Amino acid sequence: MSDKKRALKGGEFLIKDADYTQVFIPEEFDEEQQMIAQSCRDFVEQRVLPNIDEIDNHNLDLLKSLMKEAGELGLLGISVPEEYDGFGQNFVTTMRATEEVGKGFSFAVAYSAHTGIGTLPILYFGNKEQKQKYLPKLATGEYIGAYALTEPEAGSDANAGKTRAVLSEDGKYYILNGSKMWITNAGMADLFIVYAKIEDDKNLSAFIVERDTPGFKIGQEEEKMGIRGSSTRQIFFEDAKIPVENLLGERNKGFKIALYILNLGRIKLAGATVGAAKAAINYTVDYAKQRKQFGTYISNFGAIKHKLAEMVIRTFVNESLTYRASQNIEDEEAALIEEGTDKDRASIEAIRQYAIEASIAKVFGSEALDYVVDEAVQIHGGMGYSAEMMVERAYRDSRINRIFEGTNEINRLVIVGELLKRGMKGEYDLLTPAKEVAKELLGIPDFGSGSEGYFEKKHKLVKNFKKSILMVAGAALQKFGQAFQEEEEVIMNIADMLMYTYAVESTLLRVEKLSQMYDEQKLAIYKDILDVYSFDTAWRMYKIGVDTVNAFAKGDEQQGMLMGMKRFTKVDPTNTKDARRRIADKLIEDGYYNF
Amino acid sequence: MKILVLISNVPDTTTKVKFKDNEFDKTGVQWIINPWDELALTRALELKKAAAGKIEKVAVAMVAEKDGEPTIRKALAMGADEAIRVDTKPKDSYSVAAELAEALKDQDFDLILVGLESSDYNGLSVGAMLAELMGINSVSAVSGIDLDGDKLIVKREIDGGYEKLDVQMPFVAVVQKGIAIVPLIPNMRGIMQAKRKPINVVAAQNIEPLVEMVEYELPKPKPPVKLVETAEELINLLHIEAKVL
Repeated sequence: MSDKKRALKGGEFLIKDADYTQVFIPEEFDEEQQMIAQSCRDFVEQRVLPNIDEIDNHNLDLLKSLMKEAGELGLLGISVPEEYDGFGQNFVTTMRATEEVGKGFSFAVAYSAHTGIGTLPILYFGNKEQKQKYLPKLATGEYIGAYALTEPEAGSDANAGKTRAVLSEDGKYYILNGSKMWITNAGMADLFIVYAKIEDDKNLSAFIVERDTPGFKIGQEEEKMGIRGSSTRQIFFEDAKIPVENLLGERNKGFKIALYILNLGRIKLAGATVGAAKAAINYTVDYAKQRKQFGTYISNFGAIKHKLAEMVIRTFVNESLTYRASQNIEDEEAALIEEGTDKDRASIEAIRQYAIEASIAKVFGSEALDYVVDEAVQIHGGMGYSAEMMVERAYRDSRINRIFEGTNEINRLVIVGELLKRGMKGEYDLLTPAKEVAKELLGIPDFGSGSEGYFEKKHKLVKNFKKSILMVAGAALQKFGQAFQEEEEVIMNIADMLMYTYAVESTLLRVEKLSQMYDEQKLAIYKDILDVYSFDTAWRMYKIGVDTVNAFAKGDEQQGMLMGMKRFTKVDPTNTKDARRRIADKLIEDGYYNF
Repeated sequence: MKILVLISNVPDTTTKVKFKDNEFDKTGVQWIINPWDELALTRALELKKAAAGKIEKVAVAMVAEKDGEPTIRKALAMGADEAIRVDTKPKDSYSVAAELAEALKDQDFDLILVGLESSDYNGLSVGAMLAELMGINSVSAVSGIDLDGDKLIVKREIDGGYEKLDVQMPFVAVVQKGIAIVPLIPNMRGIMQAKRKPINVVAAQNIEPLVEMVEYELPKPKPPVKLVETAEELINLLHIEAKVL
């Protein structure tokens, strides 16, 4: 486990150096956590994958019975406290389980929706009666949960929903009217967390709606590009009577619940992408080792090795940053509880604290997985396009990840917006470091002593990336002032720079921690991963930074910042071809993702 | 009734086997319960569940040094009630059987289940040796065990069919294919209870092995195969290339 003393606050990575002793890395999972992961893996391999065609053929009864089986194994109650028939495991453990179940295609979506957005609103925001009534049922799989926020006219702008609730004359019910769409698990769920505005309220409220509520109707299955076996339907309320005791949390405070739950859903989605990517890599290396062309296995070709290595690198980076952020959430929760905050409040606050990292993980994870499945299909060649192959399914199923839990564009706005909001609120000082960078630009560049160690050099590189963000973002804010939020192209770029910096830093901290656990020989492959990823990130940062500078700066200011971009992204020459070959060779020799 | 299942700690079946100084190179190896033993344990736990109260306990026993304990805890997570670990490195079938016979001499198990063979050294001998050393019955090639009242009915594969035996307890059953379909997946409750269940460590007698490992040799890599799409093509190849037709 990581050092329990507080690590950096959410978003603070931009202005403070992180220490490897304060990050958690997946190599530190203990025996019990590994056993839980193994049970999830066994369940997916034994029960889900052999049935996946049938599940994707909309066999909801089968999906539901598998969910119940998962419930019997306790896999639906991992994060639910023991007093509600769950197993009260910590956050990182639930992430590890999510990763393993993430290999289960449509089942994974049903599982995540149930255990995440279907269960946690009641766990964190429910009152005692609501918890006692529903949590044991959700934890054991007796009830399947769903979450209904999106409406036909209110997707990314979730607070604009038209579903309305009116208190009945006798004061016993809320009468709900309206509709929700894209509701995962709708076809088999027993309870729904539904958002609606009560009367003329400005904000949403949340309700627990049971399936057999009079006036509540469930539409037909949507035919989707991927995750075809997960149930996705529209739901309708026509004077549906919801008992007043089913109001979840406070009136008018539902949007906050929605946001907290979304933050959580985002990091969990990242966990699932780690598992799905490892599975896609495994299918692919297995194929590349068997498929012969021109008299040799295609895994022997450099072009294929490049792809295999890049799939590994992005997955390793995704894993590094996702578990780093997950442990931050867990540690923050523990620290808050120690300070006297009650458990539910602490969980909510901890997730809120790392909203920026959760959004980064969501965007990075979904895009890394999309890259992995795309190359997985490519390596399979014509076979990859055949519906017989798992990678064809993986390719289609991956695409939704960039859309749900907030589109990646919305999440990029969150990354930058949240950071600025905290800076403005004085949670931390962004201004002084930005000014220091501006001052540094006028001085003589630091050429280094030439005698820095491996990790010292990498830390310096990451620090320079941070400086480049402070430089570009600081100047953009100054230039646009209040109109900054209209400059979405610039915001997207700054979000990318933050994301890649967090990604490379997380990988660096993991490899540095590994250097304390492994000998040089074993460490070498991890250094290769770090070398390739940090080198590529430098060039990525340079391109994005230059584009951003050119979007708003002129004259001397522009020239100065372009020089700055060059200076802050300067990276040692690296033979990434050879490094990628070594990474691919290990993958090919092992025959599965084993990094 | 008390059931004991012998378990071995073996490398994961996907392990790339390597040797170093004529010893199996354990670097980076994942250890698992020997698959036959895992199925045997699954059946024992199924019987316990089905027989409501008739089976008092299911225990596991392993000859291993301390580093074998994660595998023992996996068996406890599956649902075994307790474990015995004979504290020594397993050397050969005889020494393992003899160590176990010694460790079990004051125990009163009615049924001892042993997987057909371990997936690492494939010795196939521990079960019968153990029964002999303990002076109890043994049944080989067991593909099913059921409880009938207070009796254990054992199903055995024989040429062209099977036979059912009512065996006098205590006895050793060496189990094989059919004993259980898939290994039981440890549930969350089992995993969380595993660390609280007892592992009784028994000092070894340091019984000398009867077999000395002289040399290991890895199998030669398989030559590449050619996938043939049609019967004509196959006949042509057998005729022209292999010259066997």
